[in-house]
Amino acid sequence: MEENTIEIKITDREGIVHTVEAPTDMNMNLMEVIRSYELAPEGTVGICGGMAMCASCQCYVETPNLPLPEMSEEEEDMLDQAFYVEDNSRLGCQIYMKEELNGLQVTLAPESEVE
Amino acid sequence: MIKTDILIIGAGPVGLFTVFEAGLLKLRCHIIDALPMTGGQLAEIYPKKPIYDIPGYASVLAGDLIKKIEEQIAPFEPTYTLGERAETIETQEDGTFIVTTSKGTKHHAPVVAIAGGLGSFEPRKPPIPNLKKYEDKGVEYIIREPELYRDKKIIIAGGGDSALDWSIFLTEVAKEVTLVHRRTEFRGALDSVEKVQELVAEGRMKLLTNSEIKEIHGKNHVEAVTVKHKTEGNRKVEVDHFIPLFGLSPKLGPIGNWGFEIEKNAIKVDNATDYSTNIKGIFAIGDVNTYPGKLKLILCGFHEATIMVQSAYKIINPEAKKLVMKYTTVSGVTGFDGVKKEQKKAVIKKM
Repeated sequence: MEENTIEIKITDREGIVHTVEAPTDMNMNLMEVIRSYELAPEGTVGICGGMAMCASCQCYVETPNLPLPEMSEEEEDMLDQAFYVEDNSRLGCQIYMKEELNGLQVTLAPESEVE
Repeated sequence: MIKTDILIIGAGPVGLFTVFEAGLLKLRCHIIDALPMTGGQLAEIYPKKPIYDIPGYASVLAGDLIKKIEEQIAPFEPTYTLGERAETIETQEDGTFIVTTSKGTKHHAPVVAIAGGLGSFEPRKPPIPNLKKYEDKGVEYIIREPELYRDKKIIIAGGGDSALDWSIFLTEVAKEVTLVHRRTEFRGALDSVEKVQELVAEGRMKLLTNSEIKEIHGKNHVEAVTVKHKTEGNRKVEVDHFIPLFGLSPKLGPIGNWGFEIEKNAIKVDNATDYSTNIKGIFAIGDVNTYPGKLKLILCGFHEATIMVQSAYKIINPEAKKLVMKYTTVSGVTGFDGVKKEQKKAVIKKM
């Protein structure tokens, strides 16, 4: 694999597994990786732009042993307002691509319904 | 019927700033927005967050930027239809448009500028299997008429400001108020949290934390809900109304069906000319549009608005001579109230 790149597995909302390469030297977060590979339609993920203010990038982390960044109060608050939240829920926009996250596996949470 | 020159859909920063650029060309604007206040995403999602890429501001809070733009456009006297979603558009024989809102308000204009951002903000619905069946039959996502709850038993779900504030308010109206929240912490303002604690202590409100509403019961109307506690299991609570308040989320909504070319949930526009859509007389600016190289930035939206009003002028004044762009520094800014803002003339003192 190229330098400064990690491999991650993302399961989209249709259940399709995508193995993608993510750069670790571009200050990119998981939500941005999902958007750049267009794994969910525009406007359904990363709505707030990555401020931990909307939960549209909620995902379930399936690799519990990887060292994820600690949850900020803002992320916790937002997840608190979100639906379909599980113990392994995180906001994709708060997980930055780093060397130690090589092999990360996540599943996008369902889109919440609006009126 | 509300009549204007440019009908702007969306009262976010780009929609608001359009009023200024239109005003310089003596065009009047009316703005429709589904939210009850101006500001769009900046007001609804992140009013207290700083923005660092507005020219001239090293940092500005989103809410403050909206206030500043409103101050800047005030001389051009924009008018508003707020709290109503633009629902339908009809092209008239003369090429003008009539836009009707969710409440039936009609607007007539020769030019429509869609500055709708990510769409209109709509309430988020909790995933409860039979929720839909009870909509407007005891389930309401927005409190429109507090009197509806007079002497009724209500249950509110949510942990944010609106859930707290409405629970507090409705203790004055309803017979019984229960607030259900998934955690023990609330993310609302401290004052509101304290007030809730007070009301609970006085026995005027019931608070169920670590709990979620899982099911709704009732023949034709809400009669009870099942509340699931994290560790203590389920219990049935008799209520007349269930009000889920989990915030709003944007959705492109009806404008997606107005006949535009849509790509990636945005309206395709001609960025080589004037951000016009495929329908003559309708433009799309700001986050709602897309074109090769599009950047969803407020500052790009300002530029798009400025270019767009030039074409709007030509549509509205087809007989007019070529429009000459004037610098505000040179010509000043004359509001519709006749008040002119301009540089003070230098006083020259003769020797």
